[in-house]
Amino acid sequence: MTEFAYFYRGYERPASPEEMQQKTAKWMAWLKDLSDKGYVKSLGEPLQAGGKVIRGAKKQVVDGPYAEAKDVVGGYSIILASDLEEAVKFSLGCPIFEDGGSVEVRAIGQPG
Amino acid sequence: MNIEEHFFRHEFGRIVATLTRLFGVSNFALAEDVAQDAFCRAMETWKLRGWPKNPSAWLMATARNRALDILRRERTARMAEPALARFLESEWTRASTVEEVFSTHMVRDSQLRMMFSCCDPHLSEEAQIALILHILCGFSVKEIAQAFVSSHAAVEKRITRARKTLAASRKLFDLADVDFSSRLSSVLQALYLLFNEGYHGSSPKAAVRMELCQEAIRLINLLIEQKTLVTPSSYALAALMYFNAARLQTRLDGSGNLVSFFEQDRSLWNHQLIEEGQALLNLSAAGTAVTKYHIEAAIACTHANAARSEDTDWQQIVLLYDMLLSVQPSPVIALNRAIAIAQLDGPERGLQEIGAIHDLHRLSIYPFYPATLGELECRRGNYLVAKMHFTQALLLARNPMECSFLQRRIASCVEASTFHTPVNS
Repeated sequence: MTEFAYFYRGYERPASPEEMQQKTAKWMAWLKDLSDKGYVKSLGEPLQAGGKVIRGAKKQVVDGPYAEAKDVVGGYSIILASDLEEAVKFSLGCPIFEDGGSVEVRAIGQPG
Repeated sequence: MNIEEHFFRHEFGRIVATLTRLFGVSNFALAEDVAQDAFCRAMETWKLRGWPKNPSAWLMATARNRALDILRRERTARMAEPALARFLESEWTRASTVEEVFSTHMVRDSQLRMMFSCCDPHLSEEAQIALILHILCGFSVKEIAQAFVSSHAAVEKRITRARKTLAASRKLFDLADVDFSSRLSSVLQALYLLFNEGYHGSSPKAAVRMELCQEAIRLINLLIEQKTLVTPSSYALAALMYFNAARLQTRLDGSGNLVSFFEQDRSLWNHQLIEEGQALLNLSAAGTAVTKYHIEAAIACTHANAARSEDTDWQQIVLLYDMLLSVQPSPVIALNRAIAIAQLDGPERGLQEIGAIHDLHRLSIYPFYPATLGELECRRGNYLVAKMHFTQALLLARNPMECSFLQRRIASCVEASTFHTPVNS
């Protein structure tokens, strides 16, 4: 098994508390299903909006990342899969796609 | 861990009321923003990490810390009501005051005061109900529009205007105010209408209507649990809601069809709710005032106590309708009284009573007026006349449930008239 990182990027937030509850429950159900099958190494964490970016030889510190909302990483999880193809397959049930978001799937470490 | 249904919505109402207390009513929009922010954080965290041990405490703590930040940085504290502002402005007392406003008993108090504020006499009853659903029950404009089958634009306009009225008041309604009892009657009326919208209302979705009834019960419970504020009429309204809620499930059959009151399966009535309704009705029997809630609850109680439709004490029910008419003259109530008389003395007497309703013309668009005529004619064996009345009612039906109910009545009239036509005629 290889470890894969899922990066959750940008999506539209639900407008009402009721929708938030339903959405939260959907995410939980999706991750629980993967987790029950032994495919989750770490549920991961959400990332707060904002932050700083440090760049260049001068180590310039700027506010950011000010990417467009659709490109901001809002959280990550670590998944176990036999290969990239399977890792992609596991991501397909993620509720983020219903709200215009995306999942970036990346293998962790170098190929052995 | 299983989270309570509508947990987010209910917590949202509690938190907005609490934050409004802290920031002042004129900063109501800020209170909503801070609550929204706390809920977004909760969702981002919980969707990955799962429910925390105590989700309610988690949300409250998040909102409280954010509120403290804002009060520290900005001059929001000045907008709070005078009794709090002083303590919120001083560094020494700020944190402990915020802590106290977030205590269980203060949160409840803020919710109640918000409920009374929503029932501002400057607002129409529709606006009061919309505001209650929006602020105290956490419904979005879209969800309110769906529940009331109104256009999004209409509900939005109503709520925007109502929010302005609310924000213009200096503070949340003071429960010790001299106007308390008149404001209380507006609150009771709004909750009564909210429950009725769920019970009889226009949304074709049973789940939506159930929710409105549940919200009305949740809010009346908030009111009657406050022993210093509770009045006999509040108990009476609560009793009425409990009795009707006990029958809620049997109003629709398995396929979502409306079931006539006389044909409901009474063994499916919720007997625990009936018992609780009875206890509340007993509590309401204090003081001298007899309100429409008392009488309507007594009628509902009489029905609830009859194991079969034919065991109903119709004499008692007619008597109660007479009382109700004297408290609140209305052709719909007169129509219900006539139905009770028909049960007691036969369909002819019922039809006579209907003919004698003096403002009968006001029922001209009420589908259950021709439907009742149809029902009574049907019982007299005049199936073709009955069919004509049901057809008339069908033209007035307000939702698909009423339509299909009336279509089935028409079909049964046709069937009965064929069956009863003498062979040699």
